[in-house]
Amino acid sequence: MDRIMIYFDNSSTTRVDPEVADLVRAMMCETFGNPSSLHRLGVEAERRYQKAQRQMLSALGAKEGEVVFTSGGTEANNLAVFGTAAAKARRGNRVVTTAFEHSSVTGPVAELARRGMETVVVKPERDGTLDPEKLLAACNEDTILVSAQLVNNEVGTILPVEDLVRGIRKRSPNAAIHSDAVQAFCKLPYEVSRLGLDLMTVSAHKIHAPKGAGALYVAKGTKLRPLFFGGGQQKGLRPGTENMALIAGIGLAAERAHARLAENWDAVSKVRDRLAERLGAMEGVTVNSPKGALPYIFNISIPGYRSETMLHFLESKDIFVSSGSACSRGARSPVLTAMGLSDREIDSSIRISLSKYNTPEEADTFADAVAEGMKTLRKR
Amino acid sequence: MDEIILLKYGEIALKGQNRNTFENLFIRNLRRRLRGLGEFKIEKAQSTVTVAPAGQADMDEAFERLSKVFGAAAISRSAVVGKTYEQIREAVSYLDAKLQSAKTFKVEAKRSDKAFPMNSPELCRELGHDILERYPHLSVDVHRPDLTVWVEVRDRAAYLHVGQLPGAGGIPVGSGGRAALLLSGGIDSPVAGYLMAKRGLEINAVHFASPPYTSERAKLKVIKLCQLLVPYTGWIHLTVVPFTKIQDEIARRCPEEFFTIIMRRFMMEIASRIGAARECAALVTGESLGQVASQTVQGIACTDAAAALPVLRPAIGMDKDEIVAVARKIGTFETSILPYEDCCTVFTPRHPKTKPHLPFVLEAERALDREALMAEAIAGAEAMLIDDNTEC
Repeated sequence: MDRIMIYFDNSSTTRVDPEVADLVRAMMCETFGNPSSLHRLGVEAERRYQKAQRQMLSALGAKEGEVVFTSGGTEANNLAVFGTAAAKARRGNRVVTTAFEHSSVTGPVAELARRGMETVVVKPERDGTLDPEKLLAACNEDTILVSAQLVNNEVGTILPVEDLVRGIRKRSPNAAIHSDAVQAFCKLPYEVSRLGLDLMTVSAHKIHAPKGAGALYVAKGTKLRPLFFGGGQQKGLRPGTENMALIAGIGLAAERAHARLAENWDAVSKVRDRLAERLGAMEGVTVNSPKGALPYIFNISIPGYRSETMLHFLESKDIFVSSGSACSRGARSPVLTAMGLSDREIDSSIRISLSKYNTPEEADTFADAVAEGMKTLRKR
Repeated sequence: MDEIILLKYGEIALKGQNRNTFENLFIRNLRRRLRGLGEFKIEKAQSTVTVAPAGQADMDEAFERLSKVFGAAAISRSAVVGKTYEQIREAVSYLDAKLQSAKTFKVEAKRSDKAFPMNSPELCRELGHDILERYPHLSVDVHRPDLTVWVEVRDRAAYLHVGQLPGAGGIPVGSGGRAALLLSGGIDSPVAGYLMAKRGLEINAVHFASPPYTSERAKLKVIKLCQLLVPYTGWIHLTVVPFTKIQDEIARRCPEEFFTIIMRRFMMEIASRIGAARECAALVTGESLGQVASQTVQGIACTDAAAALPVLRPAIGMDKDEIVAVARKIGTFETSILPYEDCCTVFTPRHPKTKPHLPFVLEAERALDREALMAEAIAGAEAMLIDDNTEC
């Protein structure tokens, strides 16, 4: 990056680490074999595949054979939802999820509803948290799938997944439990086996690896029907020649991020704390992220200043954030709407999302820029 | 088999002494739209223009493009055959795929060359008979056939086709001169541009951008809309005018209720100046009477007073549904509804004046240095030519 910019949009996507990019390139130009080939190039590719798998398993805290590589978080979420619905069709007819999931979970669940399944969508509270009792109340014996994110993508809420899993098991013995952990992967310290989940989604491009790769954790013994059929790769769960370059990339990125998880958490927390301190002190700014949220995500509203306008103002200062809602004519953020925020708060929401590359000084520059924006831009 | 596209004149045929001018513009526009598709021979004959490939040419794409060129009432694509019955009969293979998939058919013949030995009814009977023999699955239905096979015996050759489609209508772009279209990015203005191009105007577009209130994407959206109009207009000169400072100044110095009307007056005057510099003789807007506060008769009176050129408002009597129907037909609707802020939505007053009175508006404007603001905006304007080669 030549220009000095402040990239505060890391929950949308991240810059690829140069080491990861180098590996991806080498996998395409040098170690380019097909892991299914019998010759030496194939064997070498297979070895790399095993390595990436080990790296992923170790970052996830999972056991051998419990990871399926996909084209990204969206595919992994689709595989989890549709794969479970197809595999457990005879066990029950209810799917339970929350109202502030990513669209790649709400979309498949809505499709299941169209196909005649009973779907229950549990709303979050006004402060952006989820009341575990409300979710558990929706789980009955007929439930075959419960999908609840580990960390919310817009406000950063950390859901008490471990507790939820214990409660769900009691009420819904037939249910597979899935969690979308795209925003949590290699950021929140957890071991998937301790969480007790059956399925968990992660993505590459939120942890400084390229777009187009993700993975689904599938606990041993979990029943799942594939979305695609073909050459039988990845135990038939995700056939198709393995995307070796990106699989190697996500493996390395996961290893690096997992090794420095605590260190990154502390560094990012400092930036978030500075943001909270500076923005919290500003009149006219409200914080939408709940207490105890993941430090990587900080969501605010500046009522009276449209998100899109403030976003472009900040962009003119080479500061990049994301807006909660597309604009006056666009769809409002379903997450903030589900939280019950007012239209004025939703229309003016800004999501700041951090990475290990951000500094507290950037948080200061950002707060100054927001103050300047509020002075320069016309309030409405 | 030689193929040809026939475009039949609409109103051009009714023109008197200047008919030639219209014809030549029509042919120029056809030629422009055929660029990049190969070599073509274009000729005028009997209120018709014929477009024949001269060598390799993409006839499917050519037909598609020419069906959108204003000036043609009807367009058809036919096989060109020598003027003997044997040759006409052989040419039936040109329609093979269509004859295979139809169940019923009839033959229509038209003989403008009276030297041809068979008259029209004879030609119909004979050809119908021969087609039935070759395609035994078909039966004749003269009332509601699946397929009508047309034979036209003209001066130069005989033509075989399955009927004509409506052409784009209108009169050739350029025959009415040039106009500057105020293009916001919404649904109405592209439709207005299309409608006036159809009446012969060459379209220049003026777009007002208000960064940071509006984004780079809003500008790209307007470029995309111009591209979508190019099949009809041939090309579009687009000028993007920076408008933030003017809006800021109006918001700061003028009563809120007059905001929109004063802003529209700036747009009209700036577009008039940019248009005049590009030899435009009129302005075009997508206004529809009563649709929003500034589109009342009183609002129009105030904005017209700021326009140095006549303002054409082809959508003025149309309902939103009707405008949307045209937008869908010409393919701009999906792009128009992309959700980006545009300069009109940013500062919308809470309670705009719906019946502004010009003297009061002029009085409110006295707080502004209009001349300096307009000069600065025009100096900062960015011009670009949008045609088929524009990348977006």
